[in-house]
Amino acid sequence: MTLSLFLVQTLNGLQFGILLFFIAAGLTLVFGVMDFINLAHGVQYMIGAYLAAMFTALTGNFFFGLMLALPSALLFGLLLEFLIFRHLYARDHLDQVLATFGIIIFLNQAVKVVWGAAPLSVPVPEILSGTVVLMDGLLYPVYRLALIGSGLAIALILYILVSYTRIGMLVRAGATNAPMVSALGVDISRLFMVVFGFGAMLAGFAGAMVAPILSVEPGMGDNLLILTFVVIVIGGIGSIRGAFIAALLVGLVDTLGRIFGPFLLRLIMDPSAASQTGRALAPMLIYILMAAVLFFRPAGLFPVRK
Amino acid sequence: MAGTPAKAEDFAKAAKPALALVDLNKAYGALKVTDQVSLEFAPGELHAIIGPNGAGKTTLIHQISGLAGSDSGHILLDGQDITGLPMAARVRKGLARSFQITSIIPGFTGLENVALAVQARLGSSFRLFGAVSREERLNAPARAILETVGLLGRADLPAGLLSHGEKRQLELAIAMATEPRVLLLDEPLAGTGPEESAAVIALLRKLKGRYTIVLIEHDMDAVFALADRVSVLVYGRIIASGTPDAVRHDPAVREAYLGEEGL
Amino acid sequence: MTPLPEPSTTAAPPRPASRPGFVRREWLPIILFVLLALLPFAAMLGPEKYTLSLVTRVMIFALAAISLDLILGYGALVSFGHAAFLGIGGYAVGILAAHGFQDAALQVPVALLASGLFALLTGAISLRTKGVYFIMITLAFGQMAFFFAISLSAYGGDDGLTLASRSKLFGLSWLENDRFFYALVLALLIGCYALTRAIVASRFGRVIRGAKENPVRMEAVGFSPFRYQLAVYVISGMICGLAGVLLANQAEFVAPAYMAWQRSGELIVMVILGGLGSLHGAIIGAAAFLLLEEILSGYTEHWKLIFGPFLVLVVLFARGGLLGILAKVRGKSGGGR
Repeated sequence: MTLSLFLVQTLNGLQFGILLFFIAAGLTLVFGVMDFINLAHGVQYMIGAYLAAMFTALTGNFFFGLMLALPSALLFGLLLEFLIFRHLYARDHLDQVLATFGIIIFLNQAVKVVWGAAPLSVPVPEILSGTVVLMDGLLYPVYRLALIGSGLAIALILYILVSYTRIGMLVRAGATNAPMVSALGVDISRLFMVVFGFGAMLAGFAGAMVAPILSVEPGMGDNLLILTFVVIVIGGIGSIRGAFIAALLVGLVDTLGRIFGPFLLRLIMDPSAASQTGRALAPMLIYILMAAVLFFRPAGLFPVRK
Repeated sequence: MAGTPAKAEDFAKAAKPALALVDLNKAYGALKVTDQVSLEFAPGELHAIIGPNGAGKTTLIHQISGLAGSDSGHILLDGQDITGLPMAARVRKGLARSFQITSIIPGFTGLENVALAVQARLGSSFRLFGAVSREERLNAPARAILETVGLLGRADLPAGLLSHGEKRQLELAIAMATEPRVLLLDEPLAGTGPEESAAVIALLRKLKGRYTIVLIEHDMDAVFALADRVSVLVYGRIIASGTPDAVRHDPAVREAYLGEEGL
Repeated sequence: MTPLPEPSTTAAPPRPASRPGFVRREWLPIILFVLLALLPFAAMLGPEKYTLSLVTRVMIFALAAISLDLILGYGALVSFGHAAFLGIGGYAVGILAAHGFQDAALQVPVALLASGLFALLTGAISLRTKGVYFIMITLAFGQMAFFFAISLSAYGGDDGLTLASRSKLFGLSWLENDRFFYALVLALLIGCYALTRAIVASRFGRVIRGAKENPVRMEAVGFSPFRYQLAVYVISGMICGLAGVLLANQAEFVAPAYMAWQRSGELIVMVILGGLGSLHGAIIGAAAFLLLEEILSGYTEHWKLIFGPFLVLVVLFARGGLLGILAKVRGKSGGGR
């Protein structure tokens, strides 16, 4: 029983980690390449979820909804880039924080106005509903497995893109030394736009994919944004590989900590106090993890910039 | 200052060097940037270190000042081993430096920049009250130094607004304000125009003898006009060391560095 | 130097530094404080309780924002966990009161000690990192404090803790009087403003300001910035802890939400909105933030649709925050950028 619980929670942790990776990938590139702190990256995830919910309701099919949501999320990201972000690249970090904070406030309210304050729910698509038996007594929802699978596939594609294509090379070079790339005659603002749009689409994709299993509501990106920052800082800003590993690490530590923390506390406290304290303290774990990582490696696990 | 030794040989004979490097090494991976460097700097001498680009001159200054670590070897300041000390501690022991790329505090006035260095020397920097800008104990010495370097007239301008040559002078003033015995100067003439560089050279001439000066410089006219002794660094190694005349005529130096330009 | 001290990225123009001896600008805080002192008299003509409570709240946040500006504006130490100190101050009041210690004479020292210790501990670790990593590690400590408060089930856990009454002052219930409380908060605001103003102009303050602009230069004249930065971080934390004591008293309530990261973000926003590195800019920023929120929400429930873009516009068109605008209006060059 404990083993199957452990396996289920590990899968849940993996799935959470992959979700974090989708959001972190864009954020770490935007941060690494453009030296731009984008607090509004979390709302892009929220927008993705809302778009998926809307298009799924319109077309009656989750996959059509997804197909429509992705380009819309991309367009939306590019629009924000064009209207606001590109005027902020040359500014210092605090200006970027203030402006993107304003965008969060605006968009969290705007989705309430457009789609209502009540949470939306998206049905799990027919083909992916139900559960599979992974082993004796271990059932796991198909949709969540599909999410993990698609996540790993996308991580692989991303890895190939960044490692082996020309644009990927520019992105890596940009994360290491942006002025140098610019001096080589690359149109850096085009590169920024591509990276930005791509990041926005990935975050939107994450939102769309979780729409069937989480409730779609205003502010859903806020706390995830902070976790995403934790991920990219642990991984090393600008490093896709670091983001991937840190995302899985954070996902696993957070999920397993919530389940097994109270379990362990029971050894030293009475059960009801242990479960309460454990539940409250478990979210601290990833922050302790981050502080520890930064203490020993002040630039994260995979530092990009020398 | 009195009795500036006239001949380089006198420095070499001086019993106790102000600064000594013993078998100093540093490598970046397989690249040896400092290779078994041993040098002695006599009190009061102006010792120039020259060498082609990439010879490792700036790295050597970084190692001596503590901005970069050393893989092995020792740095002795007045006979005391300072190899493991951080930069700030070395400064407090009397070892100041200037930077190749000007390093000042642009938002502070020239006076504040220098007074800050005076303050670092005097201590009491945990004093939370009392307007520091009105403290004559800091400002008076700072003004005196600014006068020496010829910047008193520009003392109240934010340092970021000074001309490039003036910034170089200010940086020297900051280094002087820490009252060092040894002054490490990393290309004080870098990027200065003819007039500015004449002013800096005149200043260096004024400072010569007051401090033990280790000078890295590309301007050969300046080096040979100012230095008591010259050492030549090529690929991290000292290939020659001696009076300007001796170094100028050293065949190894001519081959490795000076080429056919003939000095 | 950008406010985040990464030596590699020094492209941004210097922030308007408040320069000692800049007489004209020094009138602004005096005008501010005189207005705040006169306000209770004007408030008597209208809804007095509402007005006093609103402006008291503004002043408490102004105090917290000043404490943040001290390290952020003068030291480029972007603390993204500063709300933790608000919570620590608040919980010092709440927990002591829950055990029957209601007197501020005990609560305030305990609150200051606790915030100071928390700052010393977290600062010693955080200051090992630079720039963005400093932001994130302070966020981490803020979140730890937040979740720790949630785990305090004996003191309300997630729901927080309602105070039976405001703190006593040497056994007396003066703080229950809104006018007295207003005056006390104003006095503390002025006191802490004067204190921080003195600090930034002192020898110590010069070291902090120097380390913000050029840490390598500081070491090259013989300073090790770490000790000074840690000290100013502790001072800032204690002032913010004091603001927490006042906030708990004002609301007669304390909850983990005091320490949420959004709160820390709001404090940063207040400081930048008002104008970084001037101390009174923090007061103006806090006032603008809270009053705009109050006024706009009076007009429409969707006030955030106006407030969000307002922040964006301030960044895009008013460098140096509201103080920058003021300087421009008065036709001064160099105030905005």
